[in-house]
Parts: sequence; structure tokens; C-alpha cells
Amino acid sequence: MKVDKLDSKVLLKNATIVDPLKESKSKADILLVEGKIAEIGKVRDLDVITTVDCSGLILTHGFCDLHVHFRDPGNGDKETLESGSMSALAGGFTRVCTMPNTQPTVDNPESINYIIEKSKPLPIHIHPIGSVTKGQQGVELSEMGLMHQAGAVAFSDDGLPIQNGLVMRKALEYSKMFGVPIINHAEDECLRADGLMNEGKVSTRLGLVGNPSIAESIMVFRDLKLAELTGAKLHIPHVSTADSVKYINEMKNAYDKITAEVTPHHLFYNDKHLEDYNTNLKVAPPIRDSLSREALIKGIKNGTIDCIATDHAPHTEEEKNNQDPAENKTITNKNKDQNTEIAAVMKADNSSSIDPEEEKIRRKAMAMILSISKANNPLTNKQSASIFNLNEQKQKDRKKGKREMQSYNQRNDKDINVFFQRFQKRRYQSANYSGKHDDYTSYIQNFQANSSR
Amino acid sequence: MNKNKKILTSSDISRKIIRIGHEIVENYSDISRIVLLGIHNRGVPIAQRLKKFIKDLTDIDVPMGSLDITFHRDDFRERLTMPEIKGTDISFNLDEKIVVLVDDVLFSGRTVRAALDEINSFGRPSIIALAVLVDRGHRELPIRADFVGKNIPTNDGEHVAVKLKESDTDEGVFLIFGDG
Amino acid sequence: MFGHKHFLGLENFPREDIQKIIDTAFEFKEVLNRPIKKVPSLQGVTIVNLFFENSTRTRISFELAQKRLSADTVNFSASTSSLKKGESFKDTAQNIEAMKIDAVVMRHPAPGSSKHLTEFIDAKVVNAGDGTHEHPTQAILDMMSIQEKFGKIKDLNVAIIGDINHSRVARSNMYGLISMGANVTVCGPANLIPENISDLGVKVNYNIDEVIEWADAVNILRIQRERMGIGLVPSNREYRRLFGVTSERINRRKKELVIMHPGPMNRGVEIDSQVADSDQAIILDQVLNGVASRMSILYLLLGVKEENTNEG
Repeated sequence: MKVDKLDSKVLLKNATIVDPLKESKSKADILLVEGKIAEIGKVRDLDVITTVDCSGLILTHGFCDLHVHFRDPGNGDKETLESGSMSALAGGFTRVCTMPNTQPTVDNPESINYIIEKSKPLPIHIHPIGSVTKGQQGVELSEMGLMHQAGAVAFSDDGLPIQNGLVMRKALEYSKMFGVPIINHAEDECLRADGLMNEGKVSTRLGLVGNPSIAESIMVFRDLKLAELTGAKLHIPHVSTADSVKYINEMKNAYDKITAEVTPHHLFYNDKHLEDYNTNLKVAPPIRDSLSREALIKGIKNGTIDCIATDHAPHTEEEKNNQDPAENKTITNKNKDQNTEIAAVMKADNSSSIDPEEEKIRRKAMAMILSISKANNPLTNKQSASIFNLNEQKQKDRKKGKREMQSYNQRNDKDINVFFQRFQKRRYQSANYSGKHDDYTSYIQNFQANSSR
Repeated sequence: MNKNKKILTSSDISRKIIRIGHEIVENYSDISRIVLLGIHNRGVPIAQRLKKFIKDLTDIDVPMGSLDITFHRDDFRERLTMPEIKGTDISFNLDEKIVVLVDDVLFSGRTVRAALDEINSFGRPSIIALAVLVDRGHRELPIRADFVGKNIPTNDGEHVAVKLKESDTDEGVFLIFGDG
Repeated sequence: MFGHKHFLGLENFPREDIQKIIDTAFEFKEVLNRPIKKVPSLQGVTIVNLFFENSTRTRISFELAQKRLSADTVNFSASTSSLKKGESFKDTAQNIEAMKIDAVVMRHPAPGSSKHLTEFIDAKVVNAGDGTHEHPTQAILDMMSIQEKFGKIKDLNVAIIGDINHSRVARSNMYGLISMGANVTVCGPANLIPENISDLGVKVNYNIDEVIEWADAVNILRIQRERMGIGLVPSNREYRRLFGVTSERINRRKKELVIMHPGPMNRGVEIDSQVADSDQAIILDQVLNGVASRMSILYLLLGVKEENTNEG
């Protein structure tokens, strides 16, 4: 965190210090003098102006999130650099790398400068990532050299894959000169086939078009081989499939300039959690099956995957609440909240830990995530948009005088049914016959359900 | 079979050159307009010696240049496989000058014809004269020398070789029998 | 010349032969300084200039060289040709040859086209640039200019800067300079330098400042945006910042740097105007040396007796 307004002496008392680099965990005091750590241990300094009681709190290095979308410049209603910084800070992140798919795209040094200047007064460090191609169109290379000189730390067209293999190759060769990685959102545009969730048993049962694992792993393989051929640095974002992990592992044995990241939601969920058409878990790349999830966890443990990044990608409430079923494919509801990242870090290990304290913290974290995700969707988190329509209609029925309707129906039942029998006979002969119904109510229910498919 | 006969010794050569030098000075009233052009290869050292002699005699330093007639040859396609080009070096204008071409041996006359052709590219001299150390006859073109060191008539299969101390070890003029 | 019937490229061309061509070229340069710039060496020889690609500089250079040697020249340019009527390349070439010509100087956009031409005509062929493959006469004049400035080529540090992948000038220069014993470094955008370029014997360095500091002479290639297709060079200003031979970079050097460019120049992109017009630039000397080099090549090819020649 950037320290402008800190008192000259601050004492953090009785904190649980977790140091991942030294793999140590201990309880101690920390004395900060002029914003720098002066003493760790039992501190008795009576000159201290500010004391913070850290009993029961974990103190550690500030986290760095390699993959966030701050929607600035452009869509300030979704997120700005300020709001994103505050969210990150609340989750313990002191550094983030912002993706360039903004409006306009960050594909020139002037835009990089904009982010760097605008982030100067903010409490966290923001490292801008520039785009690989102009406007992220995937055709012409952007001014990577000038962007790098202006402060870009990597290049990515994230959100969109670099579908053209030649462009990817030339981009890798060009980036070699600057020593920074290319980050490609690996998802073959053709193979993904407009899929709404992971292709598998669940998608088949739900009747949703599937986005197969191979759409990602095939492009991951391509990118790995191109990186080896060109000698450039490659970073693979949001790995989600078992095959991707396998390829990355094999390539890392042969070539050392590969790194990879995974998101917390891919570590926690598998596609069974989408059985109720939960669009809160509709993410890109999609949540995969449990085998993939286990492979990802193994990947983190054995170092194939180097880090966890949130892919924080906020959308407005209107967009999230878009209930039009035909628009289902555009509801990209990413429920990552950086506040839960700490919980994510601790939750990456699926096997139960011996330490009961950790177990407690883990359960707390899990509950936190779920409650936050529930809280993010104020309507209800159990139903998909299409079924929601129906449910709402039923509710309205009940609330606004269902009894009246029922009595009305009863009165008119006979008449309606007589009319309905005649209507049925006529329709029976027509081409649009949708099946015989015994009465009007079942017909109308059937009609509604069919029309919403 | 090679039976080389030495016709002129080193001192003979020196005397011939001195005599030619006298003749040149005697022939032209305006010595300041004289220009010596040596034809590569061995015409150049001879011209050098003439220049020194004229300087000693008249105290006038006449300009000297060298001519490489390789590009102006008319027989290059039959004779040369890879030409040895020494380079033409004429750093002055030839208009109105008395040019004395200097070569070691005069034979068919084709070398002199090429030299005349090349001189055209450098200006228009008022007089071009020819001085040779040896004239061995057998002209193929209507060309004659104004100043001759020695006439050495040759038969078919005979060949005259001039060796000078500036470029060879054994100075002298030799008559070579067979393909020298 | 040198046992070869044609002059197609400098790959595997021996050092002594290159030196001979350069030495002869110096002699011809002297001819170009005379009041009457003509020698009769190629009198009666007919040469056709077959240019399938637009060119001003090279074509005029060849024409002048031919005229100074007293050869008869005929020009053919693709835009006004029978190719427009659908005549094949082979037919065009054979028809022209049927008019009893001695040599063809050809520039064509396809690599290997000059070799291909030798397979169906009997005349001698000089390659004036075959696509992105070789441009040997340019390399000869470049090496001649270097020798003129330094007195030698061996052990000099020569840098070639620009789009190496698409440049025939770069290839011929690399082959020639390596044969002559120079140290060659190529510099340019990494996506325009082939991965295995060091197999040819050159070093690669993407840092233009280090390269300018190291070199005795730099040969600056034109950035050819029309050849690039997918925008491999993001913008002119980026190229200039990363690889441009700018006045600031030149001024930082303490010693003089010999600056060469085959032309035409994109002023302000790969080379600054001040640099191009400075005393260190020998660009106009290169042009004169170009005529002399081409005279030398044509003379050695056509003006001397043939030994036992091998095809090509």
C-alpha cells in the first residue's frame, strides 16, 4: 500500500504473522517507523502514536492480483480505477495488473500514461497491461515498444482470443525484445460453438449448448509451442481444464519461460453447481467438471500453475439482472469479489487439514463466498432467468387474487371446456397440433412452457 | 626448345633511353607542352626514366601519366581469360598538349591503336608521338614509332621479352625462341 | 565469369572472386571520372533489361553501365508488356532471345526466378533482384563503398538494420560480407528476423543503441510496409523510436560512423533527414559506385573470354 498519511510510528500488536516465503507462521508485534518495518517481535516502545490491536488477525505480504478488469477508461458505471482500488485494498491486494479491454482499448502509450497518472494518488499500485493488437481486433500489432517504454508490464487481448496463429507468433516474436509476456485468452472461437456452459453430462441434461474443454486446451497447446519456437515469454490466464494443466506441465520441462494462473472460482466449483441454471456461475472460461477441478488443484500444488488471479470483471446490476432468455448468452455474470480472495487462497487445498483452526477459517471463508454471491444477486440465486419468468407469473397470480381467478375459472370451467373440446377437435386435424389436453388449464400451462423454450 | 639470346644489356637499355630523351627534347621547341604517357606494364618505368632524364637535361618537370588499355583492346575476347587491370592514371587535361606515348615493344600496333582510342576520352592533344624501346616489325595496322631504341626483326615463333629492374630481376632485352 | 556462366547471387561466392569484381569496379569508377565516360569493351554486345518489378534506381544504373561499356541496350518493363496479353514468362523470354541477344538483366518478384530463366534461354543472366532472395549487384556496390572508405573489408564491424526477412539486399550483403571476413550483426524487429538467421554466420541484437556503438558501418534498409501484410510494424513512430538511426543516436557516438542506405529512403522513419544529409552518409557515393560495380560485373561476364564454364 502506498503510505502517504501514516503516523511516524505505528505499532501492530499481537498479529498472527504468516510469511509464505519463509513458510512460517508466528505471533508477534510489528513496529513501523516512517512507513517501514523497524522491529518484529515483542516491542515495547512508549513513543508510539498509533497502536492497532491485531489479535486474531492475520498479517502478511500485500497480495498482487495479476488479472483484473477495472473498466477504466470507458465504463465508469461498472468500475473505475478508484472503486477497483478500494475493492482490491479491502481484500488485501496492494498491487494489481489491469487488462486493456476498456473503451477505448489500451493499445497506445498515451493510454498507458493515463492509467499510470490516474493511479498515482490511489492507495494501491496499478500496473497496466497493454493490448497485443490494435483495438483488440486480432489483426495488426499494437505499439508494444512504446507502451513498454511508458510502463506496460505485459500484453494481452484478454476477453478475446488471438485466433490467428500467425498474429500470435509474430506478437510473441515482437514481445521477445521487451522481455515481458504475452497473455492470451485461450479459447478457440470456432470450437467454443456459442456454448453457455462446460460441455459435459450436466450440459446435456440441462439442454444447454456446451463449450468443450478442448476449445481451451487446443489453443493452450498452440500457444505453448509457439512460445517455445519463438523463445518468448508466455503467461496462460484462467486455466480451467485438465488437459491444459498437462500440456503446461510437459512444456515447462522443456522450456522455462512459461507461467500460468488459475481463478478461485475454477478451484471451488464444478459444473454440477450449475444444475439449477445459476447464471452467477456463468463465466469465461466456463466452470468445468470435477476432474478438471482436481487437476487444477494438483497443478497449484506441484507448481505447474504459478499463481491465483481473480479475473475480477465487474458488470452493472442491470446487466446482471438481464432476464431476457434470448439474451442468456450475453449475461456474463462474474461473481468474483476480491474481498473473498484471501479465503480463496486458503481454500485452494481441497483435502481437509489437520489443523482445526484452519478448518474453521475455511468454512467461514466458504460461507462468506456463498453469502456474498447470494447477496450480489438480490432476486434469487436458485433459478435461471427463463424459469424465473414463469415463477414470477405464478407468484403474481397468487398475490393478485388467485382465488378470484380460481373461482372465475370454476364458474366458467364448464363453458370453457365445452368450447375447448370443439377447439381441440378442429386443431386435431391441423398441422400445429401440440397434443391433446383434458382441460384448458393444462393446455395453457403447456403453451407457456413451450413458448419460453 | 628455349634458346634465349640477350640482345641488349642493362647499360645498353640505359643508353637507348638517354638517346630517345635527347631526340624528344631536340624535336620539340616547346618542352613545357610535352606530356609522357607510359603504357602498362613496362612502358611506365621507361616513361619514368625519360621524365627524370628530361628534368636533368632541361630542368623542366614534364607531367607523366599511365595508360591501361585493357578496356580498349579489340582482341580481348580472343586472348584474355582474366584481365590484369593496372589502371589508367591521367590527372591532367590533354588539350593542346604534345603527348609522347611510351611502350617497351612495338609489334602489331594494336596496343598503340587502343591507346590512341583511350586518349580521345581525355581531351584533344595537338600532337601524339610514339617512343618505343624495341620495334620488332610485323605491323598489322598503319602505325609507326617516332622514336625507336633498337630495331629487332623477328621470325614466326620468335618473341622479344623486355625485363627492367623496376619490375624484374635480370634487366635486359631477350630474344625468345619457341613459345616464350 | 570465374567459371560461372551467369551472375545470380553471392551465396557461396569465393572471397577472391568478389575482390576481383570490386577491384575491377574501381577501375571503371576512374572511367566515370573522365571527360568522355566511355570504353568500347562491350561493343557489339546486346543486353536486354527485363524488369518485371518497378525500379528507377537499379534500372537506370544498369542502363548507364551498359551504355558506358558501348553495349547496345534494350528495355522491357512489365506494365507495357505482352504478359498483359497472357503470354507466359517462358514464351516472353524465349521470344526476346530469338532476336539474338547476348545477355539478360532481370528483376522479378519471385525468388528463384533468375535461376529459372537460365533453364530455358541460352543468353547469360544477371540477377537484378529476384523477390526476397538476392540482389547481388547491390551487395557488390555496398562492399565496394565500404572498401573505398576503410581500405579493407575484413574484420570490420558492419550492421544491417531493418526488415531482414523480406530483404534481398540484406541476404546478398550477409553472404558477401561474411565471405570477405567482416563481422556482421543484424538488428530489427524480432518478428522480421528469421529464427535461425545466425546459421548464416551473423549475430543478432535488438538493441539499436548497442549496435550503433559497436559498428564501423551501418547499412540501413527501407521499412517496406507494403510487404508486410498483417501490420508487423505497429507504426512509423514506434519503428523510429526502437530502430531509427536518429540524429541523437549518431551524436552520442564519439567516432564517425559510415552510414549507408540502398534507397529509396523513408526520411524520418528508418533514418533522420539530418543523418541522411550528413557527411558520414555515403549514400550518393553508393549510387556512383553502383554504376561502376555493374560495369565491372557486365565486363567480366561478357567482355572476357570464356573458360570452361559450368551452367549457372
